[in-house]
Amino acid sequence: MTPRWILAALTALALVAQSISAQAATIQITMENLAILPAEASAKIGDTIEWINKDIVAHTATARNGDWDVMLPPNTTGTLVLKKAGTVDYYCRFHPNMKAVLKIEP
Amino acid sequence: MMFVRLSAAIAAVSLLSSAALAQGAKPTDPQIAHIAYTAGVIDIKAAKQALNKTRNKEVKAFAQDMVRDHEAVNKQALDLVKKLKVKPEDNDTSRTLSKNAADKLAELGKLKGAAFDKAYVDNEVAYHKAVDNALETQLIPSASNPELKNLLQTGLKIFQGHEQHAEQVAASLK
Ligand SMILES: [Cu+2]
Repeated sequence: MTPRWILAALTALALVAQSISAQAATIQITMENLAILPAEASAKIGDTIEWINKDIVAHTATARNGDWDVMLPPNTTGTLVLKKAGTVDYYCRFHPNMKAVLKIEP
Repeated sequence: MMFVRLSAAIAAVSLLSSAALAQGAKPTDPQIAHIAYTAGVIDIKAAKQALNKTRNKEVKAFAQDMVRDHEAVNKQALDLVKKLKVKPEDNDTSRTLSKNAADKLAELGKLKGAAFDKAYVDNEVAYHKAVDNALETQLIPSASNPELKNLLQTGLKIFQGHEQHAEQVAASLK
């Protein structure tokens, strides 16, 4: 017989977990042949951005406003959890011809 | 003075292309592979010289990027020619490229400090411009194997990135 308060606590925990997973999404952005696709993506605070570098050379996802700088070695995936809202232009420090925009909503 | 020399270097490369085109001598895939590979080797050597000489953080980071990227592209090129059973073939264009690069290396070797940094980065801008131009107008259109063409196209985008990166470093040195 499980005490009632434990059941209540478990139910509450499950509800919290559910609401977190319902809110936070993972958004994939691909870097291939020196192009960032999609070049314009939207996300919310708490979401995770997954940059997939499919090229043979390293890239970076570097915010022009200095908020973040993610290193992406060849054939790897780099992640970032978004913490601040705003429209952020970002580029690759090694290949500045690679440019994209991330719209982060509150 | 420097600008005149750089323009001469670019003119030499374009002359090469137009001379080859005038003769109707479209480079073959083995020749194209050799030219592209040689172009990479040249930039790696220049970067290694810079890594030995520079004390500028940005120039050093740029040179490290050049070594890493050009080694990656050249490794891919070697893997491809092996797979295609193509033997890269020495030719006038790659010989001239190597000769000019050796002269440049000797010239830069005499410079020091900020003068070296500026000359190295300016030459990187001019060199990538010339190589990108050769890839765009001559090597890519002449390549017949689709996989080779593909690799050259990826190489072009990478080197265009280097060209812009070099321009940014050059601007920061002013
Ligand atoms: Cu890049």
